[in-house]
Amino acid sequence: MKNTLSIVVTNQPGVLTRISSLFSQRDFNIDTFTSGKTEDDDYARITITASGDSRKKDQMIKQISKLYDVKKVEVMQPENTILRELLIVKVSASGEKLREILDAASVFRSKVVDMSPGSVCIEITGETSKIDAFLNYIKDYGILEYCRTGLIAVQRGKQCLFEHKKNSKNETKTA
Amino acid sequence: MLLTGCEIIMEVLAEQGVDTVFGYPGGQVLNIYDALYKNQHRIKHVLTAHEQGASHAADGYSRASGKVGVCIATSGPGATNLMTGLATAHADSIPVVAITGNVPMELIGTDSFQEVDTIGLSIPVTKHSFLVKSIDTLAYTLREAFRFAKSGRPGPVLVDIPKNVQVAKTEYEPMGEVEKTPDISPDKDLLDEAVKLINNCKKPVIYCGGGVINGNCSEYIEPLAEKCGAYGVFSMMGLTAMDCENPRHLGMSGMHGRYAATKTLTQADLVLAAGVRFTERATGNKAKFAEHAKIIHLDIDPAEHGKNIDADLKILGNLKESLKYIFENIDEKSNPQWDNEVEKYKAKENENRVETNALMPWNVIETVNKKTSDDTNIATDVGQHQMWVAQYYKFKKPRTHLTSGGLGTMGYGMGAAIGACLATKRRTVLFTGDGSFGMNLNELATAVSQNLPLTVVILNNNRLGMIRQWQSLFFDNHFMATVLDRKTDFVKLADAFGAKGYRAENIEELNSALDKAFALNSPCVIDCIIPNDENVLPMVPPNGSVENMIIK
Repeated sequence: MKNTLSIVVTNQPGVLTRISSLFSQRDFNIDTFTSGKTEDDDYARITITASGDSRKKDQMIKQISKLYDVKKVEVMQPENTILRELLIVKVSASGEKLREILDAASVFRSKVVDMSPGSVCIEITGETSKIDAFLNYIKDYGILEYCRTGLIAVQRGKQCLFEHKKNSKNETKTA
Repeated sequence: MLLTGCEIIMEVLAEQGVDTVFGYPGGQVLNIYDALYKNQHRIKHVLTAHEQGASHAADGYSRASGKVGVCIATSGPGATNLMTGLATAHADSIPVVAITGNVPMELIGTDSFQEVDTIGLSIPVTKHSFLVKSIDTLAYTLREAFRFAKSGRPGPVLVDIPKNVQVAKTEYEPMGEVEKTPDISPDKDLLDEAVKLINNCKKPVIYCGGGVINGNCSEYIEPLAEKCGAYGVFSMMGLTAMDCENPRHLGMSGMHGRYAATKTLTQADLVLAAGVRFTERATGNKAKFAEHAKIIHLDIDPAEHGKNIDADLKILGNLKESLKYIFENIDEKSNPQWDNEVEKYKAKENENRVETNALMPWNVIETVNKKTSDDTNIATDVGQHQMWVAQYYKFKKPRTHLTSGGLGTMGYGMGAAIGACLATKRRTVLFTGDGSFGMNLNELATAVSQNLPLTVVILNNNRLGMIRQWQSLFFDNHFMATVLDRKTDFVKLADAFGAKGYRAENIEELNSALDKAFALNSPCVIDCIIPNDENVLPMVPPNGSVENMIIK
């Protein structure tokens, strides 16, 4: 079972190491891991996708929650979450093949971001399945390299993962 | 007050009520040691023989006193040497604050002399670790370390302080001792459900772990057991949660637990598990663990719920509050049938006993036990002797049993015993084996220089007995690397360290050695020669259950 975890942490050096170290200590598998600043400079937000049954998922949340720098952990509900990842793929192509690739790119609503004699770079965002489908389509054209960011996730509607200013500063860790 | 980083360290230690620290000096803590020099009137520094000894001593100090233990080491090898002790404290949830010096910030990352990634090393073996990059956050960080070490489920916290931060100056504002963060209160509805389950059961067991000791709530265990006619079964860390001589105390269960304890747990229809984490050594085959029982799991750490055992009722929060509520609200009852059943299991335990004048593991421990007082600290190392102590020593009070339960650290005992002596100013007996003692016997030097009332009882079988036992039971007697062809004379060794040493080969000799040792207020080593092929029994093989228990 795939789980998407959203984690708010204090924006400190070494925090990512602690999270990834916990995953290896407890034999949790990370599929994707993204991290970046948030609307509040004091906090960073991490999105991890990890597979595991419900027992493992429960342990992931509880063990991550115990880390000193972690302020909030939540498993995102797929039906109520906007999930996106970004792919940049470089394909070897020219002539007729290039035309076909550009057609496909437009069907997938992706963007051409660079062209050079013999190659083209395409950027595409979407859910993992869409990106996988695009890669599957163009794989026979000769992929030179690609790079994907891993998922980020935000809950739909007005509700937010973490109310930074109101209650977080005085929040202290115990366990 | 404008103070240097090192002066601030002293001030914060003093404000946190620290009067003793264990450590070893070195290049990157010279400034801290200079501050210790100037603060000798209020902070006693105990120099150990090795940083590992310092970390075990801080741990032993904490276990015996309930306070936070403190140790100090320099960068590089000083820090790496601390790690075994921190991992030991981490596995048993013992609050320790470790302070390490590091190279100045501008040298970090340059592979400078005695530089190591202390924070990186500490991550899996501590509850948390802090690198103090600026003098402005030093006092706050040190206080946070104490708060975090003792709050919730306790554990070790490391504070790494680069040299430039130690010598920088800033305004220091005095503060009092930091309070631990208040625990979560247990949910009353769940507690009522627990009360109902206990009232309706016929074969209750209270299963106690180290959390009962850490949570200072052992006072509730005996009254609770008596009120609902339950029996006490214990993990090794929880053994002292109840007076061992109370007939309701069945001792330790699990791999080397007593027969009655393991059997009773298997037959129970209700297990009230308090502050225990159900490790595989304690449960054996989890599918067969307490298979007829409803399990109520009380714990302060939410991650323990559902980690090893999925209890029927999980109650999160302060253990003392939970136990008090349950005690006050359950009905008084007796379970005569259950009593008869348990008496039968107990009777079966004594069948193997043969009285002898020759030294055997059990009569060594019982002979020592007769001469100790209720509050003598008992430390152990790790291996067969540790299990024998858990099986035969009659503990009377909490915090008198110091042993590495989770990590199983051979060499733990000397440091821990030193810490316990200094914390309580009372006599400490260390039971050890010739293998374990060999690991950190250098700390005998510390015990001598501190002139501690420490009696080391070596159960000397000239073997690495526990591993030998496994080789004998599961590896066709292939005794690889477990027969010690050593010629160490522990009596002479004690003498060389400036301690007293005696050898005992029978009960009379042991009695006379103990009388001499206990008349001294200084370290003494008693080398007890026991047979080299004794196994720890009973034994439940790995992943087994009471059905697979090896009894003879």
